Amino acid sequence: MSEKLTMKDFKTDQEVRWCPGCGDYAILAAMQSFMPELGIERERTVFVSGIGCAARFPYYMNTYGMHSIHGRAPAIATGLAASRRDLSVWVVTGDGDALSIGGNHLIHALRRNVNFKILLFNNKIYGLTKGQYSPTSELGMVTKSTPMGSLDFPFNPLSLAIGAEATFVARCIDTDKAGTTEVLRAAAQHRGSAFVEIFQNCPIFNDDAWDFVRDDKAGVNRITLQSGSPILWGADHEKALRQRSDGSIEVCRATDDGILVHDAEHESASLAFALTRVTQATHGGTPVGVFRDVQRAVYDDLMAEQIETATEKQGKGDLAALLHSGETWRIS
Amino acid sequence: MSSKPVEQLHQVIVRFAGDSGDGMQLTGSQFTSETAMLGNDISTLPDFPAEIRAPAGSLPGVSGFQLHFADHDILTPGDAPNVLVAMNPAALKTNLKDLPKGGTLIVNADAFNDRNLQKAGYAANPLEDGSLDEFQVHAVPLTTLTVGALKDVEGVTSREAERSKNMFALGLMSWLYGRPVEATESFITTKFAKRPEIAEANLKALRAGYAFGETTETFAVTYEVKPAKLKPGIYRNITGNQALSMGLVAASELSGLPLFLGAYPITPASSILEELAGYKQFGVRTFQAEDEIAAAGAAVGAAFGGSLGVTTSAGPGIVLKAETIGLAIMLELPLLICDIQRAGPSTGMPTKPEQGDLLMVLFGRNSESPVPVVAALSPSDCFHAAIEAARIALKYRTPVYLLSDAYLANGSEPWLLPDVSTLPKLDVDFATEPNFEGQFLPYLRDEQTLARPWAVPGTPGLEHRVGGLEKADRTGNISYDPDNHDLMTRLRAQKVAGIAADIPELEVDDPDGDATVLVLGWGGTYGPIAAGCRRVRANGKKVAHAHLRHLNPFPRNTGEVLRRYEKVLVPEMNLGQLLKLVRAEFLVDAVGYNRVTGLPLRAAEVAEAIEAMVGSA
Repeated sequence: MSEKLTMKDFKTDQEVRWCPGCGDYAILAAMQSFMPELGIERERTVFVSGIGCAARFPYYMNTYGMHSIHGRAPAIATGLAASRRDLSVWVVTGDGDALSIGGNHLIHALRRNVNFKILLFNNKIYGLTKGQYSPTSELGMVTKSTPMGSLDFPFNPLSLAIGAEATFVARCIDTDKAGTTEVLRAAAQHRGSAFVEIFQNCPIFNDDAWDFVRDDKAGVNRITLQSGSPILWGADHEKALRQRSDGSIEVCRATDDGILVHDAEHESASLAFALTRVTQATHGGTPVGVFRDVQRAVYDDLMAEQIETATEKQGKGDLAALLHSGETWRIS
Repeated sequence: MSSKPVEQLHQVIVRFAGDSGDGMQLTGSQFTSETAMLGNDISTLPDFPAEIRAPAGSLPGVSGFQLHFADHDILTPGDAPNVLVAMNPAALKTNLKDLPKGGTLIVNADAFNDRNLQKAGYAANPLEDGSLDEFQVHAVPLTTLTVGALKDVEGVTSREAERSKNMFALGLMSWLYGRPVEATESFITTKFAKRPEIAEANLKALRAGYAFGETTETFAVTYEVKPAKLKPGIYRNITGNQALSMGLVAASELSGLPLFLGAYPITPASSILEELAGYKQFGVRTFQAEDEIAAAGAAVGAAFGGSLGVTTSAGPGIVLKAETIGLAIMLELPLLICDIQRAGPSTGMPTKPEQGDLLMVLFGRNSESPVPVVAALSPSDCFHAAIEAARIALKYRTPVYLLSDAYLANGSEPWLLPDVSTLPKLDVDFATEPNFEGQFLPYLRDEQTLARPWAVPGTPGLEHRVGGLEKADRTGNISYDPDNHDLMTRLRAQKVAGIAADIPELEVDDPDGDATVLVLGWGGTYGPIAAGCRRVRANGKKVAHAHLRHLNPFPRNTGEVLRRYEKVLVPEMNLGQLLKLVRAEFLVDAVGYNRVTGLPLRAAEVAEAIEAMVGSA
């Protein structure tokens, strides 16, 4: 790489068309400032998206990009990542795109551990189609398609990801630039699938849905996870978390015995899973940061290894030999 | 070799039929191998049920394998067998109606017990009640003889011994028609290398069957079918799916692009995935996706990265891929979609052939979404058709459908191996430089082909974004401009239509040059139509035959060809799809011959339809 890239290099000439006040602007800015630090050439970076407001993201990043079809970005990105291991592949999706129509592709990409980073902009609503509920909307939410309240119990995206065997699971908040950058950095460094939920505010159709952590100046609600450090939170870090005997997590005092020290690299997913069950509604606090970051064989690498092994064993393929394989006979 | 008198035959059609668990496919394919080694021309038709193993002795569980071999060039697996080998009453019940009067019937007498007769719906034993008097019946106690031959083989249970009766039957048939069993012997030894006692049992059964034919008085004569005078060269037997798989590998080698297959198991396409999974030494990546849509999506993603992206399926899967193919149309990326057609609609009859997807592949996407279509016409043609489909996809940056069907996929024929150096080069010119005033415009088309430049990730300076939204001409930026959409829609249509200048003209087989009736076909009906035309000409009548390999665009002279004839007959295994296209596009009053039985058309019925048309011309 010749000269150092700057944020400006990653901007395109397209006018950004998100609504004023949309959380996507903050995420875009965070990504554009982070990319130069990542140090990967623009030509080796690809953003793949599905359909939704979030999915417009690739048009605003001056890299290679594909704005594909609803829910299918992980599948498309799998073909790209597995055949081009030299590329840095990012999937940008939303709560509808990834968890409704795209649910199947999401869980399979995660269990395969394909080497790309999935950024799910969760605004708990369908924005582009103007206000229907999504798989993360609260039960009973009144929306355009649910005038008497939604009947669907929502997904917990991070719990789902861990259930789908994800090797990297994290959460950040759109307007928290430092936190988002730290998560993006950790995700980029993780080889394999990285699943990042980004709390994103939709000012038009679900405004203020995340204010409890977004506008949390006093730091009362955010539980910032740092692997290796005790989990302390609250305005004066007076609170901590502790595991009950049944594996679930309870809030306790920082001075109590047995407070949890976060270990994102813990082999068993159970602790990380238990942390994903900690929500504002159930525990009065919301964890952010990297929940889980473990190493497991990467699909793309396994695929390449098999090709290498086969080629070593049988020699590079010869087309004429292939045609003549099996029983042949000559007619003169 | 036999010591009994030998009768010369020009052709024989044998059908093996038994329980799904009886090994009829194995028996049939081995007999085919032996026959191929002898140099006969062959055509086969495996006919098996969708279920893995239906209850033993039941009618739905019957599995069959028909092969036609001859001392001359043949085109179909035969309308009806000369010899039916029925391993049990159910096999007899389901297949007897196809055996003409006087035909030879070889049955496993041991299987005709009360229980099996009842399961097959027989009130009385047909071997005893005179109902088979018009056939030449050989009731052989195959099971008893097999078990007897294997009684000294150690480590083999009586159940396993019984299962070898298909090898006994194969040995007997091989003797009857003078086929060498060496190839089968080495096949058995290799297949059962890990269980030598089973290998020994099968070998013993095979040889016992052969010896039985020689010693018993039941078979007084053996038959010989001399090798056929086919074009000189090296041959191998090949099924359509094998040929298609090799064709894809060939396309990869000829283009220099690594092959990426995204597929989901589905009958009758699964064997392509399995075959290609064994070609990793060619750099082939096979991805068994979580569903049909992911399979196609992954192929599109790989194509975006510069691979030769392919996805394979059958009707019910192709229909799921429609949206993804639409995306590939908008992205203008190469993508091969192989549809191995089977009887439908919905789940239909998974193992039976049909030609019902033509209109779907042409029109089954939202909006104006033109896609070229290539159709193979024989098992070995699947190889060449795959290369042709790839050529079009790569040159014009477009998805292309490659049509085959369950009959071509599983049927086999001898294939004259092409010299690899004569295969077309599929050069791909990736974009490496800006193409307009220092910029890169992803939709600045080639003037001749109207193809857009293909710049893959990793190419510095050409970073761009593509997507499913309508895009401005030349720049590729999102555009909702009304005139632009009209223009882009027409450009996409024109790009596909323009391919007509780049494909061969339609050829007509008309020996005397003055037929007044034309038979127009496409796909797997090639054999039956050509065989039907042969019969018509042998009867002193004239008929011309043209067979389309390109269904979109049509060859540039198609209209002119059709208008030369007073009448046009379009035989199809559907209710008239090419028929509709031909009538609409060329304003020709073509008439269809349509059968949707899940079986290939028979030469005799095609001949009859042609003669009726010739007669009334």
